[in-house]
Parts: sequence; structure tokens; C-alpha cells
Amino acid sequence: MATQHSRSAARLMMSPAVFLLLVWMLVPLIMTLWFSTLDYRPMRGTFDCCEGLGNYSRFVTSSAFLDSIVATLQLVGGVLVITVVGGVLLAILLDQPIWGQGVVRILVIAPFFVMPTVSALVWKNMFMNPVNGLFAHLFKGLGLQPVDWLSQYPMFSIILIVSWQWLPFATLILLTAIQSLDSEQLEAAEMDGAGPLSRFGHIILPHLARSITVVVLIQTIFLLSIFAEIYVTTSGAFGTRTLTYLVYQRVIESQNVGLGSAGGIIAVILANIVALVLMRVVGKNLDA
Amino acid sequence: MGRITLDKVRKAFGDVEVIPPLDLRIEDGEFVVFVGPSGCGKSTLLRLIAGLEDVSGGEIRIDGTDATNLSPAKRRLAMVFQSYALYPHMSVRKNIAFPLKMAGLDKAEIDKRVEGAAKVLNLDSYLDRRPGQLSGGQRQRVAIGRAIVREPSAFLFDEPLSNLDAALRVGMRLEISELHKRLATTMIYVTHDQVEAMTMADKIVVLQAGHIEQVGSPLELYRTPRNKFVAGFIGSPRMNLIEGPEAAKHDAHTIGIRPEHLMVTPEGGTWTGKIGVSEHLGSDTFFHVTVPGFAEPLTVRAGGEVDLHYDDEIHLTPDPAQIHRFDAEGLRLA
Repeated sequence: MATQHSRSAARLMMSPAVFLLLVWMLVPLIMTLWFSTLDYRPMRGTFDCCEGLGNYSRFVTSSAFLDSIVATLQLVGGVLVITVVGGVLLAILLDQPIWGQGVVRILVIAPFFVMPTVSALVWKNMFMNPVNGLFAHLFKGLGLQPVDWLSQYPMFSIILIVSWQWLPFATLILLTAIQSLDSEQLEAAEMDGAGPLSRFGHIILPHLARSITVVVLIQTIFLLSIFAEIYVTTSGAFGTRTLTYLVYQRVIESQNVGLGSAGGIIAVILANIVALVLMRVVGKNLDA
Repeated sequence: MGRITLDKVRKAFGDVEVIPPLDLRIEDGEFVVFVGPSGCGKSTLLRLIAGLEDVSGGEIRIDGTDATNLSPAKRRLAMVFQSYALYPHMSVRKNIAFPLKMAGLDKAEIDKRVEGAAKVLNLDSYLDRRPGQLSGGQRQRVAIGRAIVREPSAFLFDEPLSNLDAALRVGMRLEISELHKRLATTMIYVTHDQVEAMTMADKIVVLQAGHIEQVGSPLELYRTPRNKFVAGFIGSPRMNLIEGPEAAKHDAHTIGIRPEHLMVTPEGGTWTGKIGVSEHLGSDTFFHVTVPGFAEPLTVRAGGEVDLHYDDEIHLTPDPAQIHRFDAEGLRLA
């Protein structure tokens, strides 16, 4: 059968799936757009049309909006730094021939399989609890005052929890990248007089640049929508209200669907801007 | 300077001894080729000299000083790898400058030396390209450039031509030989290709299973192979080895005769056989001749224009002065 024929047959057979996906994506998006122009507050029974851009200006001008942007940047930036730096170091460690390498690798990857809600609860109650948490016991054992992590350092705590979840992802991708490095390159550098640090800086790190780009791009997209960890731990208090969480609060807690929908659309636009900027800035590593 | 002495050098990976204790002297300015079948330990031996592997016993001396436990960088040796091992994210200029930068030379000196090496190797117009944009031969030259800027006391080559196509290989072979004549620096070259060994070496070291079978100049090895292994390995096509009653006639367990030392005559002759496959190279023709009573067909060299064909009868006479005799252990009989 000619390629042309098989191509049109393939299109025909793919179309139901494509149609389903389009509907799946477009219907919610269009409904959100529609709601964002309404004064829609279900608890009060208001469903009035023609707010225009009122919801948008209200969302943007509220003081919570700027704070939420700052919180989002802190969370995403913090997690990215920890996972990339930690991921590179762990990947180098796991690349060394050690006894029980297979088991260690599986253990390192394990956090990725834990659901966000579960891991946040575990961290909150078993590690960071100021009375029963492991950290509290550790501090007491050292004769120090236990720290109430989630109220004293709320953003740092959440960054820690999210980093713990995403470190395996970064490690896994960077480990495969390190394993693909030609060992003769390292040997050549060694003969050229490069010490371990120079070899890391001049050979290993440039080799990893592409994978680090991939890690940063993918993680940024997912980190912008972090929700469960905040919900379970601080519920958005103490400056941990990210943009995603703010939208949730507007819709569910304030029961203002119109305002929340406007926030949701703004979040989508901002996320796309971030993605574009990232592609421009770090995406050039993907060429060549 | 570049005198390298190996004294009872031994290498074992776990319980497996890949190189039993081995002695070797390499004089200053010599072009030494390590040759042997794959897995004979020639690359391992080179890596021991380079310092990329630790010896399990014995001593390596470079220019009289003990280098056994020196780090690779301190041995003042430069190595060209089989994969070239160029740094893909650096330009050719930066690749060549890398060892100088690591040595902490100032920028003017680095530039001068890089330009010099580029001129020697005809790389001037490629200096700002990345290795990915170069052909195999050019990459090879960059790798050599990176080695010569350091002005090492010896160069180590690990099968540098095996990734090139046949025509380029012949060209690079010449270039490396010319480079050796010009620099007059010690070079150690590892290959499994006996043609490379014969054409380039001052001294060939034939290795098998970590043992040195014979050390000598190419012609020494060709004329007086010390044992059956060297006899079969050096020379192309390989030497005919004949066992049984024919060998007994010469008081030997095995006799060896090279294809170029068998004379083809229309009649008479010592042996008579039938032509099997013939290989026409233009200048020469190689016949594979089945002789009744011989276990393996004989390879015979004849002139390029000989009018003999498949299944023709052929008469062969060995040059009596060129018969090599070996005993039951495969050692040469005087």
C-alpha cells in the first residue's frame, strides 16, 4: 500500500482520539473564559452576565495577587535550585561503582512514586511536627529547641517537601546523561592535566547542560501547578499562597467562580509566558 | 627525552591475570608498535604506561625516574584515543588549548602554541569549528594536535586509525610517520593491524595473551619469527604452515613458507595442487591451492598477469632458503 494511502487511513483512524482530546481540553477552557466574564457566585445565587474585564482587574489589583506571584517564584526557584544541584551530585554518586547499586538506585527513585498528598502528610506529621516529629526528636537529642517548621519557615518547608519529591526525577535524567558520557573523554582530560574539579567543570557539566535544560523545563511546568502540598500543610497561610492556590481560594473558599476563573486564565497566560521565556533562554542548549 | 622501561610489570583484574610479569625497554625517539590479536592486552599495556590503569606489580620508569605511582598528568605523556575523545562542546582551538590551560600557561603562549600545532597539522581554517562539524580525519588531526602542543616526552596512540576508512587510513599512517620523523619523539602505537605495524614501526612488540612473543624491527620479525605465532601474524597474506610428513622431511614438526617464497612452475615442482579461489590485485595474484595430503590450502603469490584459472593444475617449489622450521612447541629451529 502506498504511503499516501496509509497516511490518510492513519489520519482517519486517529481522528476520534484527536477529537476527544480537543473536546477534553477546549470545553473547560472555553467555559473558564466564559465564567471569567460573569458575576457567578453560586452560594448567593448570582449568575449575572457581562462583567467584561471587571473580574480580571479585580483579581490583578488585589494585594494577594502580587504576593502570590512572589510565593510562586520562590517555590519554583527554590525547588529548581535544590533538585538540579542535588540531582547532579546524586547522579555522580550513583554513577560510582558501589555495592548494592541496583537497590540504591531504586530507593533513590522511590519518592517519585509517593503521591503528593501522602508525602506532604508524612513530612508534616512524622518529620516536621514540633512535638512528635523526627526533626523535633533530633533537635531535643542535641539539646536544642525544636523548630515548628511549618509555621516558622513555612515556605522553606514546602520547598523541602516538593524538592524531596522531584529530586528523583532530576537524578534519574541526569544519571542517564552521565552514563552516556564517553569515558575516554574523562581519561583524555585526566591525561591533559585536569584534576577532579576541572574535569567536573570542563567536561561533565557541559555534557549535562542539555539534560539540565530538560529537567528545568519539565519541572517548571509541573511546579507552577503545585497544590496538594500547600493544601495539606499550610493551607496557603504564612506567605505560601501561590497563584494556583489563590485561584483555588477564590473559587472554593470565597465561592466566587467568576473571579477565580479570571485568575485561572491569568495563570494560564503567565505560565505560557514563562514557558516561552524558558525556551528562549535555556532552550538553545537543546539545539546542535 | 622519552626513555620508558617496564620492569616485571604485571596487571590483574581480580583473579584474572591479563598481563603476566613483563619486561620492555623503549629507547628515546623510537617508534614502537604493540601488535597482536584483539584481547591480547596491548591496550591494557598502553594504559598502564599512560597511568590510566594501576599496575598490580613491577615498576614503570620514564626517563630513569620511577613513574609507577605517578598520576597520568605528571608522566608527561600524551595520548591519542581510538574515539579521539575530543571535547564536543569546545571549539577546535579550545580543544587543543585545553592541556595548556590546565597547565596554567598564559594566554599569549597558549595562542602561539595552538597556532603552531594547527599549522603543522593543516588545521588553520578549522580552528573555530566544533568537533561535530569535522570529518573523521580532521578529528584525528585535532586529537594529535591536542597531544603535540604539550610537548610530551612520548606519544601514546591507542588504535587511532581504526575508525577511519581505508583510503584515509593510508594517508594518516603516512602523516603520523612524518610527524615522528619531524618531532623525533618517542611514540608508542597500539594496533591489531600488522600492515600498520610493519609500515610504521622502528620496533614491533608482538603480544599474545599478555605475553611478549617477540620484539624486533619489522624485517627481523619477517625474516626470523621466533615462533609459529609471530610467523603467522607478521606478513600478509599470512605464512603457510605445513605439518606432517612434509615437515618431517625437514626434521621439523611444522614448516612455514610465505606465499611470496613459493615459485610457480608449469611442470615439475615439489608440490602439485589445484587452484581454488584466486585473488587478483593487479600487481600480484594470490592463489589458494589445494594440495593432496595437506590439511589446509596453500596461499601462493604469482605475478599479476599469470594465465591460470580455477581448477587448473599448478606446480609449486618452495625457496629452500626461506623455509622456516618449528618444533612441536612452535618454537623456531635454528
